[in-house]
Amino acid sequence: MSMNTQGRPTGTGTSGFASTSGSSMLPNEPLLFEIGDTEHSGVDLPDAEISTSRLGGFERKSALDLAGLTEPEAMRHYVRLSRLNHSIDSGMYPLGSCTMKHNPRLNEKIARLPGFADIHPLQPVSTVQGALELMNQLANWLMTLTNTAAVALTPKAGAHGELLGMMAIKAAQDAAGQSHRRIVLVPESAHGTNPATAAFLGYTVKPIPARDDGTVDVQAVKDALSPDVAAIMLTNPNTCGLFEPQVIEIAQAVHDAGAFFYCDGANFNAIMGVVRPGDLGIDAMHINLHKTFSTPHGGGGPGAGPVVLSAALAPFAPVPFVRQHAGVLELVEHAEGDSLGRITAFQGQMGMYVRALTYMLSHGGDGLAQAAQDAVLNANYIKARLAHAFSVPFGDYPTMHEALFDDTFLAGTGVTTLDFSKALIDEGFHPMTMYFPLVVHGAMLIEPTESESKQTLDRFCEVMEELAADAKAGNTERFTAAPMKAPRRRLDETRAARSPILRWERPEELPQAAE
Amino acid sequence: MRYLPHSDAERAEMLGVIGASSIEALFSAVPAKALKTFDLNLPQHSPEYLVEAHMKALAGKNRAGSDGPFFVGAGAYRHHVPATVDHLIQRSEWLTAYTPYQPEISQGTLQMLFEFQTQVAKITSMDVANASLYDGSTGTAEAVLMARRLTRRNKIVLSGGLHPHYRDVVRSYLKDDADLECLSASPEGQGDILDHIDETTAAIVIQTPDFYGHLRNLKTAADAAHAKGALLIVVVTEIVSLGLLESPGAYGADIVVAEGQSIGNALNFGGPYLGLMATRKEFIRQMPGRLCGETVDADGQRGFVLTLSTREQHIRREKATSNICTNSGLCALAFSIHMGLLGEAGFTKLARLNHARACALADALAGIPGVELLNKTFFNEMTIRVAVPAAPLVEALAARGILAGVPVSRLEPENPNVANLLVLAATELTTDEDIAALVAALTEELA
Amino acid sequence: MTTKFTPDHEYIRVEGSTGIVGITPYAQNALGDIVFVELPSVGKVLKKGDEAAVVESVKAASEIYAPVSGTVTEVNAELSGNPGLINSDPEASGWIYKIAISQAGELDGLLDDAAYADLTK
Repeated sequence: MSMNTQGRPTGTGTSGFASTSGSSMLPNEPLLFEIGDTEHSGVDLPDAEISTSRLGGFERKSALDLAGLTEPEAMRHYVRLSRLNHSIDSGMYPLGSCTMKHNPRLNEKIARLPGFADIHPLQPVSTVQGALELMNQLANWLMTLTNTAAVALTPKAGAHGELLGMMAIKAAQDAAGQSHRRIVLVPESAHGTNPATAAFLGYTVKPIPARDDGTVDVQAVKDALSPDVAAIMLTNPNTCGLFEPQVIEIAQAVHDAGAFFYCDGANFNAIMGVVRPGDLGIDAMHINLHKTFSTPHGGGGPGAGPVVLSAALAPFAPVPFVRQHAGVLELVEHAEGDSLGRITAFQGQMGMYVRALTYMLSHGGDGLAQAAQDAVLNANYIKARLAHAFSVPFGDYPTMHEALFDDTFLAGTGVTTLDFSKALIDEGFHPMTMYFPLVVHGAMLIEPTESESKQTLDRFCEVMEELAADAKAGNTERFTAAPMKAPRRRLDETRAARSPILRWERPEELPQAAE
Repeated sequence: MRYLPHSDAERAEMLGVIGASSIEALFSAVPAKALKTFDLNLPQHSPEYLVEAHMKALAGKNRAGSDGPFFVGAGAYRHHVPATVDHLIQRSEWLTAYTPYQPEISQGTLQMLFEFQTQVAKITSMDVANASLYDGSTGTAEAVLMARRLTRRNKIVLSGGLHPHYRDVVRSYLKDDADLECLSASPEGQGDILDHIDETTAAIVIQTPDFYGHLRNLKTAADAAHAKGALLIVVVTEIVSLGLLESPGAYGADIVVAEGQSIGNALNFGGPYLGLMATRKEFIRQMPGRLCGETVDADGQRGFVLTLSTREQHIRREKATSNICTNSGLCALAFSIHMGLLGEAGFTKLARLNHARACALADALAGIPGVELLNKTFFNEMTIRVAVPAAPLVEALAARGILAGVPVSRLEPENPNVANLLVLAATELTTDEDIAALVAALTEELA
Repeated sequence: MTTKFTPDHEYIRVEGSTGIVGITPYAQNALGDIVFVELPSVGKVLKKGDEAAVVESVKAASEIYAPVSGTVTEVNAELSGNPGLINSDPEASGWIYKIAISQAGELDGLLDDAAYADLTK
């Protein structure tokens, strides 16, 4: 069998303390269906007169049993629920590879202007020239920051961008009579979306081992290249937070073999305005607007994943895209020539384009470069301050925007990376990314971003040092029973997966006693 | 720069702790020839009021839906969103939280997703729903792939009433493989997808109301598909219709995909939108996207977690059901709050109101000389045939301040049979005055 | 009756020409709580090393490979409702599938008790 034990532990931990979960300020909130009913409504609507229905007899015959709340009830339900969440606005959120930076509220204000929010994707193009101009400006910023020939704005998220980028590579190779290229090289340290995307398109994934220092060896790539290789998918800076020092040589080798270089741009925040991926030889790279350009994560989306393309791939870009023609902007909505077609119904995540461009204009080119440098400075600062108490897997050289530790420092303590992370919750911090990348044992991946002040970083480091000392001192219960102060203690994920409850069901009505 | 906390003195102090001579030293792994060898040629940082002025100027070049009579639909609908919805989704704890990977401090998002899944399952009358996908079009492509996995068959038939953009997305995802059959456009409800089902068919895909607004008997379609061992995928682009129309689960749908934008979300020129997906319990493990489930914590208290994640890319890597990673969390929240405010009473009322406004529009259009209404049935959207090409007509009406709908030729430019067809939608926001203005302008243009 | 092991932690208990396949106590312990088992279909023909089943814990999915070639004759349907049997009783009630062994010679290439114990020391 394949012994995949890399996943983090999922038990509920040792419940050594009496119950102290939550706080009296955060009472349990019942479900919407437990407080609402089908009669209550928080929206006033007139009763409509329908003289002759045109529904053709396809009306619904039964009730839906949808609970409703009046406005004050709804306000309280969702405000109370919100308070059970940690958020960037309430505290540091150092999740590696997620780039949890400050979300400026100007972005939100602008996105709600009726000229952006209240325009329809299919209204006449003559009535949305400002929207097309905005898409053009955003495209220009992205191409300038990456030194690339084209950008496809429409992908709905990073993974969707990856799919588009790999579709473009496939289309280019099909057009060149290279359809026999069926292998995609993916380093072991890659994010799971990379192999999933390659497999989705029917490619065979060939893993490239990481060197001891977590980077990819150009020789290993050369050894894996063959006339059947379509592309390499490489994350740079990589998932260990390191810049691939041989990236230019890798790109050269890949191109020499007739293959393409897909760069996962999840970590573009480390280098924006400082390094242009086009100068490194990439052919396609997605940019997560929700990471690098501060569009809010919203509890897991919506994302936006525009893909920059080299000149070789530009002809294969999907529709729709904006084009300047005789002084007006036009929207090209139907595939011409080599375009690979359409990957989403409309123009992509316009609401995110507005926010991202607002953020770019606020920073300017100088501010974006400064932000990248501060992000790298902050990660190196954390690494430098904690190196004495934690274990650094790849030796003493500069990291990019993330500090990576392994769990060697916890050896013999009985405390795992998971326990350590949960203890951090009790100290008011969101845990770092745990057990990723997989190439490091018990990984702790910390990405502070440029948004954290020195004061916050110092406080975080003090807490981390104190926790490490406590773990080594044998005070394991603080870890194995954590979190104690969160709205919930550890949750039983085994139970959730063994007998899934994925929706609320009305409890069986108890039979009424006869009068 | 207002978003960056460090002073130069603090930066210098931090470099000292690191033991680096300069910030450039931290970028030492970057090949020298690639490190800041360029002039970015981008504007410098800018104060808030100047950025706002720049963006307002761009917004001012667009015609907003509120600027005049508006009849544009075709997969995205202009509805009223209660002020409470937009206020709540801007709360820090909703807006600036990540995917709920640490359930102990993400119970707000998780409970909301559980409530959302329940709402979607109820509206569609299906067993289970996921925590959302990108939008209806990509969701349709995912449903098609899911049907292939479930049936281990390949043939997919897309009805001629499926939104042409959705068809195009499926074609891109499937790379137009030989087993994908796209029936030609059926603006008058002509042709029958049931004739195309055979023993190799994985699924038939039918939109309701269809792109042209028609309703049809889907019980017959479900029975015909099931008789051959195929699945019925039902696509709904106007989720408000389910306030009035029979739920897909009631007539035997196997997978339901919908665009949820209409509830809680603005038009936004096409995104972000909200893909809804619901299915039968026995198909859960082949369903893409995140799922939230109920469990208990170490103290036995009810709580929620992301579950069945072994289907997903971060575990299964190349064996995942999909490469999808993000969902549309904040759009799902907006949907869930709006639907929670509506409740059954409000949802039904809203749907009735939409149908009533559409009936008024249809009756008014049918009275214009030179206009032929193609629909015997509809919910809030319909297709008319006019004597002239519809695209220039829509431009002429836009010049008069009326956004009159979507010329079908914009989506089907190659098809001469649809050149004179126009799809129009009405919602609760459509007034009698709007309809009167459209009728007057259309009458003049067609005279 | 003999039991043999693969280096990938499957066991096969040989009863005549039939083999009963499952995962070892060592393997279940390393994987943690099993929450789902994807069983092969009866009649499936397997070559030695083919993917025969998948066991899932909350955060990991692991393929179970065929220790020898043959045809699946029976699967442990109990596991569908109670996958935890693999944790509580991996070598008896937590068996996964039975296989009609087509090439008995392949058994000789597997590990015996002592060799497997040595491997997992």
